[in-house]
Amino acid sequence: MPVGPTTVGAAMPRRKRRAGQGEARAGVLFALPWMLGLTIFTAIPLLLTFFIAQSKFQITGPPKWVGMQNYEAIFADPAFWTSAGNTFMFAVISVPLKLVLALGLALLLNRVTALSGFYRTVFYLPFLMPAVAGSIVFILLLNPSAGPVNLMLEGMGLHPPDWLRDPRAALWTLILLNLWPLGVETLVFLGGLQNIPKDVSEAADLDSPKGWHKLVWITIPLITPMILFNLVIGIIYSFQIFAQALVIGGTTGKPAEATLMYMVVLYRLAFRYFNMGQAAAMAVVLFLVVLLLTLLIFRTARSWVYYEGDSR
Amino acid sequence: MGLLRRGQSLIDQRRTAPRQWWQSLLYHAVMLGFACIFLLPFYWMAISAFKNNAEIFANPVQWFPNPFRWENLAALVSRDDFPFLRQFGNSVFYAGSVALAVCFSCSLAAYSFGCLRWRARNLVFGLTVCALLLPSVVTFLPIYMGWTRLGLNGTYWPLIAPFLLGDAFYIFMLRQFFLGVPRELMDAARLDGASEFRIWWQIVLPQVRTPLVIVGLFAIVYTWNEFFGPLIYLQDREKFPLSLGLFTFRAARAQEWSISMMGALFTALPMVVLFLLTQRLFQRGLSSTGLK
Repeated sequence: MPVGPTTVGAAMPRRKRRAGQGEARAGVLFALPWMLGLTIFTAIPLLLTFFIAQSKFQITGPPKWVGMQNYEAIFADPAFWTSAGNTFMFAVISVPLKLVLALGLALLLNRVTALSGFYRTVFYLPFLMPAVAGSIVFILLLNPSAGPVNLMLEGMGLHPPDWLRDPRAALWTLILLNLWPLGVETLVFLGGLQNIPKDVSEAADLDSPKGWHKLVWITIPLITPMILFNLVIGIIYSFQIFAQALVIGGTTGKPAEATLMYMVVLYRLAFRYFNMGQAAAMAVVLFLVVLLLTLLIFRTARSWVYYEGDSR
Repeated sequence: MGLLRRGQSLIDQRRTAPRQWWQSLLYHAVMLGFACIFLLPFYWMAISAFKNNAEIFANPVQWFPNPFRWENLAALVSRDDFPFLRQFGNSVFYAGSVALAVCFSCSLAAYSFGCLRWRARNLVFGLTVCALLLPSVVTFLPIYMGWTRLGLNGTYWPLIAPFLLGDAFYIFMLRQFFLGVPRELMDAARLDGASEFRIWWQIVLPQVRTPLVIVGLFAIVYTWNEFFGPLIYLQDREKFPLSLGLFTFRAARAQEWSISMMGALFTALPMVVLFLLTQRLFQRGLSSTGLK
C-alpha cells in the first residue's frame, strides 16, 4: 500500500492523512507516462541491445543466437580499432582542452563591464550553430589556399598544415571544430564563479598578493563540482561524436581513415551493411567503456570535488 | 591559509583599488580578439553565401562580397535537389511538435518529482538521472527496429512520439523550477478540496509559466539541430528537416559552395535570432541545469 512519508504519524488528523494518500496516488499518476517512457524507450531497449549483440539479427528474418561471435567479429575488424583509437585520441585531447579554454574564458568573463553581456552572447552563439552547418563552414575556413585561418597563420610566420587532406592534421580539424561551441561549458563555469562568496574571494585577495595563488587554492577548488559536471558530460558526448565526423570524413573517415569515428563505423555497420548484431556489439562495448570511465570519475571525485557543507 | 596578515593589508588595499585605464584597455582588447575569433565562422559563412565559387576561393581573400550576389538566395529556394522551403517547414513542424510535447509530458513528471511526495519517488527520479547520463547509442538500435516493425520508419512518428512520454533532460531541468513552488500554496488548495489534477493545472502551472517557455526554447534549439534521428528514420528528401537536407545536398553537390553556405546561413539564422530575442530566458535555463 502506498503510504506517503507525511502519513507516518498515527496521531495525525484523519483529513490530513487522507490528503497525504491522495498526494501519493497523484504522485504515481503524474509520473506514470514518464515511467512508461523510461521503460519503453530506455530500460527495455537497453536490455535488448545486449540481446541483439549476441544474435545474428539482420533486418529481415528471425534472429539466431550466435553467442560471442559478433564481439569476435568486431574485434577482428581493423576499422573497429582504428575508429576506437581515433575516438579515444579525440576525447583525450578535446575534453581537457575544452575545459581549460572554457574555464579561462569564464575567468575573463567574470567581471562587470559595459560589454559583459555582449561577450557572453558572442561566446554562446556557436552552440546554436547546427553541427552540420558548422562543419561545412569549417571546411571552407580551413581551406589551405583560400581559407582565412591558414592565411592568418601564415601571416604570423607559421606553416599550417593542410587540415583536411593531411592525415596527421585531420583529427585536429575535428578537435578545433568541437572547441568552437564552448559556450555552455563556459556559462556553467561562470555560474560557479559567481557563486563564490565575496568575502572568501576578498579574504584571498588580502591573503596573497599573487593572483594565481587565489586561482589554484580558492577559485578552482570551489568550482570543482562544475568541473566534474563538464567533464562527465564532455566525455559522454565526445565518445559519441558523429555529425561533425560524418560531414568532414564521410563514412570512410577521409583522409586515410584519420577522422573515422566509432559512431561512424557503428552507423555504417547498422545502416549500410544492415549488420545489427555487430552494431549492437559495438554499442555495448562503447557503453561499457563510457560507464567505466564515468564510474571511475565519480569514484575519484570524492577526493577532488568540494561540496559546500562538507565537514573536512 | 585564511589568516589575514595585518601588516600587509594596507598595501593590499591599494592593489585592489580601481583598475588602471590601461588594464581595462588590455582586457577589452583581449576579449574583443577572442570575440572576433568566435565570430569568424559566422562571418565567413555569411559572406561566402553571397559570393560565387571563384570569389570564395579567391586569393587574396575577399573580406567583403563584391558584388553582393543576391541571386544565390533565389537559387536556394528554387532548386529541385534541395527543397529548402519545404525542409524549413519540416524543421519548424519537427521542432515545434517536440517542444509542445516536451512542455506537456515533462511538466507532469517534473510536478510529480518536484512537488508531490510518494514512495519510490526518489528511486524513480534517480533512474531518471541515470537515463540522462546513459549514452543514447546503447538504446537506439532496438528502438529503430521496433519502429521499423511498426511500419513507421520514414515518418516523423519515431522522432516525436517518444517525447509525448517525457525526456530525462527536460524533466530534470523543469524539476529544479517546480522545487521552488511553495508547498503552502498546494496545501491550501488541498484543504479547500481541489483535486490533484486541478492543483497542477490551476495552481502550480501558472507559477512555472516562464520555466515552461525556457524548456520549450531549449527543446526547439536541440531539435532544430538534431541530425542522427532524422538521418536514420527519414529517407525521402521532401520529408527531411533542414540539418539533414543541408547534409545531403552538400554530400551530393560538394562543389556548389554558394548554395551550401546560403543553406547553412538560413539553417543557423532562425536559432540565432530566437536566441537573441530570448537571451535572458536561455541564461536562466542554463543556470538551472548547472549545479547549485
